[in-house]
Amino acid sequence: MPTVELLFSAQPEHVRTARLVAAQVARRAGVDEAALDEVRLAVGEACSRAVGLHRNNGVQEPVRVLLNEEEKKFSVEVVDEVPGNATGSAPDGGDDAAADDEGEMGLAVISGLVDDVEVIEGETGGTIRMSWPTVAV
Amino acid sequence: MDLSLSTRTVGDRTIVEVGGEIDVYTAPKLREQLVELVNDGSYHLVVDMEGVDFLDSTGLGVLVGGLKRVRAHEGSLRLVCNQERILKIFRITGLTKVFPIHTSVDEAVAATD
Repeated sequence: MPTVELLFSAQPEHVRTARLVAAQVARRAGVDEAALDEVRLAVGEACSRAVGLHRNNGVQEPVRVLLNEEEKKFSVEVVDEVPGNATGSAPDGGDDAAADDEGEMGLAVISGLVDDVEVIEGETGGTIRMSWPTVAV
Repeated sequence: MDLSLSTRTVGDRTIVEVGGEIDVYTAPKLREQLVELVNDGSYHLVVDMEGVDFLDSTGLGVLVGGLKRVRAHEGSLRLVCNQERILKIFRITGLTKVFPIHTSVDEAVAATD
């Protein structure tokens, strides 16, 4: 069971909540203060991308964020329910190319920020998994 | 914190002072503001980001969109930012090569290149 699990309806206004919660759990887990900005930004990017995917594809399910305090690391998984998007593009190419580009840019920011990041494609959707080292508190 | 926006003119430049958080929720407001300015004929914009606490890729997208619009009118879009955590986002996306970034509004207003 994750330390904290957050489910939120795919609305842009909730992304802020998700990143604040993630940063707070990261702080408690012992992530270095200097890295908390990275956690906030990376989780925000992953959640924004998931919200975009859900909205562009008419998916009603919530976006899931799993925050895990592990031994020597803090990991985050942001899970969407839209299959076939590991690269960040909407499957139909859609009429919303701008939203697509933002998804790509979001992934670019995440990979530039986070050393340990993985984009996993599953049958029911994608997961962005990221982790940061922790120090004993 | 929400997004705050205010504009003023200095010579032929329009200063857009932005405060708060620019993210997937608030970025559309900034986009509207930039579009409105360009539609009203302001083609030389200075976006003052000193009051910005948070910026994500959606915000970057809006700034790039603004740059595209002013360039269509041979205008300019300059940024004012001294905050390392915001500058870092421009660096990792390579956008420091795209935007002139200044340390003060005065410097941005005086710049002509």
